[in-house]
Amino acid sequence: MKNENKVNTEVKIKNLIEKWRGIEGNLIMILHTIQNEYGYIPRQVSFELQKLLDIPLARIYEVITFYNYFKLDKPGKYIISLCMGTACYLKGAPRILNELKKVLDVEESETTADGIFHLEVVRCLGCCGLAPVLMINGKVFGKLKPEDIKALIEDYRKR
Amino acid sequence: MNLDTNQINHIRKKVLSNKVSCIKVGMATCGIAAGAQEIYDFLIEAVKKSKVDVEVRKCGCIGACYIEPIVEVKIQGLKPVTYSKVDIEAIKKIFEKHVLGKKVVTDYLIDEEGSSKQVRRVLRNCGIIDPESIDDYIGSDGYQGLIKALKSKPEDIIETLKISGLRGRGGGGFPTWMKWNFAKNISAEEKYIICNGDEGDPGAYMDRSILEGDPHAVLEGMVIGGYAIGARKGFLYIRAEYPLAVERIQKAIEQAHDYGLLGDNILDKGFNFDLEVRLGAGAFVCGEETALIASIEGKRGYPRPRPPYPSVKGLWDKPTVINNVETLANIPAIFDKGGKWFASLGSPQSKGTKVFALTGKVKRSGLIEVPMGITLQEVVFDIGGGVLNDKKIKAVQTGGPSGGVIPAQFLDTPLDYESLQNLGSIMGSGGMIVMDEDDCMVDIAKFYMRFCVDESCGKCAPCRIGTYQMLEYLKKISRGQATEDDIEKLQDICVAVQKAALCGLGQTAPNPTLSTLKYFNQEYLEHVKDRKCRAGKCARLLTYHIIPKTCKKCGACFHVCPVKAISGNKNEGYIIDNNKCIRCGKCYDTCRFNAIERK
Repeated sequence: MKNENKVNTEVKIKNLIEKWRGIEGNLIMILHTIQNEYGYIPRQVSFELQKLLDIPLARIYEVITFYNYFKLDKPGKYIISLCMGTACYLKGAPRILNELKKVLDVEESETTADGIFHLEVVRCLGCCGLAPVLMINGKVFGKLKPEDIKALIEDYRKR
Repeated sequence: MNLDTNQINHIRKKVLSNKVSCIKVGMATCGIAAGAQEIYDFLIEAVKKSKVDVEVRKCGCIGACYIEPIVEVKIQGLKPVTYSKVDIEAIKKIFEKHVLGKKVVTDYLIDEEGSSKQVRRVLRNCGIIDPESIDDYIGSDGYQGLIKALKSKPEDIIETLKISGLRGRGGGGFPTWMKWNFAKNISAEEKYIICNGDEGDPGAYMDRSILEGDPHAVLEGMVIGGYAIGARKGFLYIRAEYPLAVERIQKAIEQAHDYGLLGDNILDKGFNFDLEVRLGAGAFVCGEETALIASIEGKRGYPRPRPPYPSVKGLWDKPTVINNVETLANIPAIFDKGGKWFASLGSPQSKGTKVFALTGKVKRSGLIEVPMGITLQEVVFDIGGGVLNDKKIKAVQTGGPSGGVIPAQFLDTPLDYESLQNLGSIMGSGGMIVMDEDDCMVDIAKFYMRFCVDESCGKCAPCRIGTYQMLEYLKKISRGQATEDDIEKLQDICVAVQKAALCGLGQTAPNPTLSTLKYFNQEYLEHVKDRKCRAGKCARLLTYHIIPKTCKKCGACFHVCPVKAISGNKNEGYIIDNNKCIRCGKCYDTCRFNAIERK
């Protein structure tokens, strides 16, 4: 974000949100578009949106902070989403979480010091048949055991 | 290009007469997670190399999640065969022997057990057709319901729906025809129909599978609904966590536009209707209809008091009908085959079929569709194959955080809206979680309550404060610090929140706690009086022991213990002093050799 100059950001955001301009109730869809692009919603972008959409900054932030899906901080390179749906919970997701915390040395919703992994606990990935499951950047891993975690993380660390 | 009825029927005939050999790979989210992409890529490559005349196709989820990936092979002149648990080795063998050699490979054949009591109406196309092909959908009687519906008047449509007895599949079970009728009878310039695809219930994925496996059915249902109530615009509100479902529904909308099944002058009948996808953003409360409306309007998903109901004042204060994904997927067949056909299955008050996500401690977990009125016993044992590892069943949970726990003695309960309600649970959207003797009911109640605390939007005090207080009491009980008095207080708060909360989320949040209190009171008392958790789940009530035989004397537990309750050394091994132990469970989680037991 810092390296990009201001004019560029403005043009870029203008282009990104063009599709939703003038459509009623567009704010959430615009925020999705921004998050898809940046991985989170940078403060600078919210400032731009405020001008482009002519709405108060508070309107933007009230929506961002209400919904779990929107992030205000830059997540790690790999986002690990551990499912804590009922089926996964019953089949041992809490132990997987412990193992992840140990291997990564982070707590829930934190990013590792090297910025590579971000650990988050999510509601339900809808793959209950494969419980317990986790997802790393969109790829789902199922039927996990605590002893699988170390190798899985190592595998991603090497990439 | 706007097609008319004849052209649609022409496509249908063409698809039906198409008899090429094909291989279908189940590629819904669950299939892909199990490795279906690899299988698909291999097949594409293999077919190209060997130059056989076989089509490789993607399809949705057939529901048998426990044996994914699933591949169906249909070679001309041979009976179609379905293979399960197909890995890369298996597919190589299948391709070699079956596709090229025309000999069935017996090793990976799907076991058809558990399918006899199922009736597939909503899921009829899931796992059968290619969800990314509108022609495929038309070929399996798709858009026939719309053709018939557009020939009749809106009042006749409502009448057919009334005869069918279809009720909302999202939880409440409100008769769909009444919802539509309210909206139809209000004259307004603009009206809307919304598909609620914000499936936030943990442990349920019916809507995802339908959207991924048969998106056109939902679309068709919405167009019929739009015509009946007089709406020209519809919205599909789908969780952002379901990217594949969003992608497929978007593709389906484009295809329907190309064929003139959406847009202006649909089927040449002078009816205009269009659809737009809006994404959810991870808020459970948005499954509540007034909160969902606020979210589509681009605001915080706060619910508001009803009345006025959305059918009077909904999206942008216009009359709005909100139906769940499964409800809408039921609509096309009702208009193709008639209301009476639909009502021929089910119990007196609940008609048709219901899709459930059968998960938890059950052998054959997956998506199932059964006639209403079937018993839980049949679902868990005949379809699900019984409890995992042949343990004893303790309870079945339906309806997620809004539902309740049904104990094993009521397994003969028929599955319909009223029976479940009488037991203190709800039908819900269709999550069904089997629990065995290793699951602690206090722990389950705590799990759901934590969910509700996190998801409470904070608008009304009963839910915001009540759920938090209930969780505190449950925590206290699970730690063995509560008194019998606390159980009573917990019960009181439950009843108060049920009565006072603003929306469905809050009103139903006490259900899991209330139903466990009702049916498993003994277990609560054990936690309180005897400081015991019979399932061995509540860490603070257990004692920890090192098993000398399995212990590798690594010392990891020794170092992690925060109160120095573990003594010993690397030569002689270690021992836990249960008088000093604070039962935090750290040693148990740390041990890599399962050498620490807790009981």
